[in-house]
Amino acid sequence: MIQERMAVFGGVYSNHVALAALLADVRQRGMSQLYCLGDLGAFGPHPNRVFPLLRAAQVAVVQGNYDHSLGHGLPDCRCGYTDARDNYFARLSYAYTFHNTSAENKRWLKDLPPERRLTFAGRQVLLCHGSPRQTNEFLWESTTSNAFLERLFRDSGVDVIVATHTGLPWHRELPGGRHFINCGAIGRPANDGRTAVWYAVLSAVAGGRLEVEIVPLEYDYRQLAAEMRAEQLPEEFVTTIETGWWTTCLEILPARERARGKY
Amino acid sequence: MKDATNRPPPLLPLAALDALWFQVAGTLCNLRCRHCFISCAPDNHTFGFMTLTQVRQHLAESVALGVREYYFTGGEPFLNPDIFEMLAAALALGPATVLTNATRFTPANVARLAALRDASSYSLELRVSLDGFTAETNDPIRGPGTFDQAMRGVELLAGAGFLPIITAMRSWDPQQDEAVLAGFREQLTAAGCSRVRLKLLPALRLGAEAKRDHGYGEDEFLTEEMLMGYDPRQLLCHNSRIVSDRGVHVCPILIDQPAGWLGATLAEGLQPARLSHPACTTCYAYGAICSNAGGLGLETARPPGNLPS
Repeated sequence: MIQERMAVFGGVYSNHVALAALLADVRQRGMSQLYCLGDLGAFGPHPNRVFPLLRAAQVAVVQGNYDHSLGHGLPDCRCGYTDARDNYFARLSYAYTFHNTSAENKRWLKDLPPERRLTFAGRQVLLCHGSPRQTNEFLWESTTSNAFLERLFRDSGVDVIVATHTGLPWHRELPGGRHFINCGAIGRPANDGRTAVWYAVLSAVAGGRLEVEIVPLEYDYRQLAAEMRAEQLPEEFVTTIETGWWTTCLEILPARERARGKY
Repeated sequence: MKDATNRPPPLLPLAALDALWFQVAGTLCNLRCRHCFISCAPDNHTFGFMTLTQVRQHLAESVALGVREYYFTGGEPFLNPDIFEMLAAALALGPATVLTNATRFTPANVARLAALRDASSYSLELRVSLDGFTAETNDPIRGPGTFDQAMRGVELLAGAGFLPIITAMRSWDPQQDEAVLAGFREQLTAAGCSRVRLKLLPALRLGAEAKRDHGYGEDEFLTEEMLMGYDPRQLLCHNSRIVSDRGVHVCPILIDQPAGWLGATLAEGLQPARLSHPACTTCYAYGAICSNAGGLGLETARPPGNLPS
């Protein structure tokens, strides 16, 4: 029997259409504890549109690297890419988002906390963007050892860590009822050939157990694609929204995750 | 060692041991590349093969330290007869990357590698060194016939579903980057690589490379002032160490330099790195070039530009 539930999502990337769909989905599931792990802008169109939706739903937000960069007026997104082509598209995206985010919203991003801690299902939970130690650290499923997760749990003194940043959702339970969860991103698909995006639902169930569900979210991706084209965003980005395959940010992927995609 | 101004070199504490490297083949290699920064060769016995027992012992120590990933290098790692058992032991604990010249691959041993990859939930990366996209540009650096041999190795890897990362030292004029990269892409696609993954490295002017081109100048060293405002997470020595058959060293580049020696045990190897070697200026400029994600094009190592308009 479920006693308590919370929804965690990240990587909104200005996808206000998916955000609206998510808020409707969680409302229908009867969830009111909502957390967003940051990166509100990037990639998508009309960055200001996500802010009123988040505020109205009283979503507790953690600051991502994009939010930090926009809020502090930094010259780049600090996404952590190391390939010239990936950085080329990151720069395009950042320039568009920086130009189109209001001063008021940038101030709001600047003041977001880099992490949030809470108690859920009798466990200490840490919500962060990349990792507990670094906002733009990529924690991929295939390159994150259990030993490293043990260290993160030990150093941060928690039982559950939820992060995003990579855009690919995954979940691993370690002995002692501890969980690492990457909630994925609702801003763009997970390089799996599906147009759906993903978020995480955590449930406290009888007996002190914690259940984790990675949930697919369908939304009107055609509307988003049309808005992206109208804003003259790169066709490569639109292709990802329409096909579910990543066309950029590829070089940072480890072998296993890269092999799953089309490109 | 002190710099030209007679001040002690900067010390960089190890923030955490994220990556553990293994010099599994020592300085033994079937090739004798003219740019090798530790002059590996068939007859360079400065460092020998690591044993499976040594590797297992360090792997066990690494778990307690929370190591995230493992790298295997040499020399040529596939000369070590125990390399497959070593990789199996590592892949049970975390992701592993092997730096290879790809000239030792056969259908049988690539199939064995693929089986190791498929049995693990972690990534097995293969990084193949190739220093030109033609025999005419590669072979003068890596040796006669090495281009064809390595490309056969790449074909075998691609055929087994691997996505090798091709690593090249930039020995050409940077203005030729685009043409060279296009040449690599064409060759690798023809060899069956469905995703061309390229990593360009700057020259490390040590060992054989110092003779091929030129070494570091007396005025090339790091100072405390240069590290002020610098993000040390870009440096490999901030979060990694390498073990050899002799002990622990600060990084793969300085393995045969006195400045790179840290001690006989991993515990001793956790002490701060002394950034006293001229080659430290190369990593300072380009970031953690040895790791899979680092290399030329590491934007965070460059000075920030203007705000976007």
